[in-house]
Amino acid sequence: MADLRTKIAGFTMKNPVMTASGTFGYGVEFADFVNLEDIGGIIVKGTTLHPREGNDYPRMVETASGMLNCVGLQNKGVDYFCEHIYPEIKDIKTNMIVNVSGSSPEDYAECAAKVNGLEGIPAIELNISCPNVKQGGMAFGVTTEGAAAVVKAVREVYDKTLIVKLSPNVTSIADIALAVQDAGADAVSLINTLMGMVIDIEKRKPVLSIATGGMSGPAVKPVAVRCVWQVAKAVSIPVVGLGGIMNAHDAIEFFLAGASAIEIGTANFIDPAVTVKVVQGINNWLDAHGCQSVSEIVGQVNA
Amino acid sequence: MKKYVKDLKVKAVEFPHEWYVLLKLTDEEPLPESVPGQFVEVKVEGSPRTFLRRPISINYVDREKNELWLLIKKVGEGTHKLAELKVGDTLNVVFPLGNGFSPVQKQGEKVLLVGGGVGVAPLLDYGKFLKERGAEPVFLLGARSKSDLLEQELFNAIAPVYVTTEDGSEGEKGFVTQHTVLNKEKFDRISVCGPKPMMVSVARYAKATNTPCEVSLENMMACGLGACLCCVEKTVKGNVCVCKEGPVFDINDLTWKV
Repeated sequence: MADLRTKIAGFTMKNPVMTASGTFGYGVEFADFVNLEDIGGIIVKGTTLHPREGNDYPRMVETASGMLNCVGLQNKGVDYFCEHIYPEIKDIKTNMIVNVSGSSPEDYAECAAKVNGLEGIPAIELNISCPNVKQGGMAFGVTTEGAAAVVKAVREVYDKTLIVKLSPNVTSIADIALAVQDAGADAVSLINTLMGMVIDIEKRKPVLSIATGGMSGPAVKPVAVRCVWQVAKAVSIPVVGLGGIMNAHDAIEFFLAGASAIEIGTANFIDPAVTVKVVQGINNWLDAHGCQSVSEIVGQVNA
Repeated sequence: MKKYVKDLKVKAVEFPHEWYVLLKLTDEEPLPESVPGQFVEVKVEGSPRTFLRRPISINYVDREKNELWLLIKKVGEGTHKLAELKVGDTLNVVFPLGNGFSPVQKQGEKVLLVGGGVGVAPLLDYGKFLKERGAEPVFLLGARSKSDLLEQELFNAIAPVYVTTEDGSEGEKGFVTQHTVLNKEKFDRISVCGPKPMMVSVARYAKATNTPCEVSLENMMACGLGACLCCVEKTVKGNVCVCKEGPVFDINDLTWKV
């Protein structure tokens, strides 16, 4: 049994497997399939200062080895989360992490400040990379100045671990990572979805209601591994890797590229019990390769 | 109701028509509890361009034989691949999902079950459920022509069946909403599953006659568990997941123009 314990800045997980925001609900939706406490961390659905209805249907389209979505951050707002959802999830014995989004540095900060007071939420993941909302979201994540402004505003009001989720839809993701590190981020997670488009050729119209959407699934994995590798070389803070991870083999790739932990997203839709299988598979691979801990393989790709 | 992910065994594969396949699945253990109108998400193996699971409504559950039936229309690559399954193969299934049709409201209530095309599938299970619990189901089933009317003998064994076909080759010619039974009889409530235009016209009939009506939707889904928020339908309560809050909705909760 290898040592799977993983420390991300201010909190420690029993293993390096987390769930990606927007793919695992609030965890409870999957409780019939997995023991939630066996997952290292659960990152819940994107939360904003005010309630959001999200985009119109259709919000999802399948593609070869993946899917596109344009959900658009549908959620009932941070106050509803604090009053109604948090009491339901606070006693789950894992790291419950809230994904926070916004449309200005001020409302990111106001939302983060409300989560700051919640006991048992050791971290937030700041979403500066959602491709599906008109204002905010990815707009902040595609420039070093925009990214730094949001992180600075949140850092002033949030004292626990601050993870910043980065967009791959940029020229240099390493530059953005450095900017958020300098602005006070404790860790980065990457990648958010890649912007894509699918056209219905009979209707001569985009399939998705807002034309474009964020692509996820195994099709994007090589892009994600490349981004993790570039960012891990550039920054000194921990990197959390995600993008198309379907099994333990994929997870090991991310560790070797430089990720200290990983998130599983779209794979939850294919196998609702995939998270715990990946935990087991990582352990088996480490044992088979004579590794004592997961941390010893982080960044160990010979490139 | 507890949900499961299971490898079910294919016990029989039938082809009621060139467009459809009927899979009868079984398991070594008793099949989980489910209610009519719920659905399953099946994993399609060996179809490289089929990435997501396919949501399929439960056609029938035979508790004595421990069988779960899926009546599937061959639409795309995924459903065509499902039609290639052989007896003895396994099919990975996440189920039971969604809310299902309403329970019996009162003894002897007359419930009209309207189905079109493959939308007849969940009505077989529901009709039997209602009959066994003291309600009086009546089926009104539509198809393009006689040859693609599905499971007629099974529906007939449960309750009266009225039929429309678009070409008039069986029953009355036209659409379900044109059937004369709608003028002759009065129903306590209506449940509908079929193409959206059909469900909208049945909903109009229901409004006009002041009859409670529920419809079963089939928006494109990913997770099936209410986690991804992809399959949403606009309702009076805002956007809600068809996979979790539905697939069955009271028409008064929807924002359809009826």
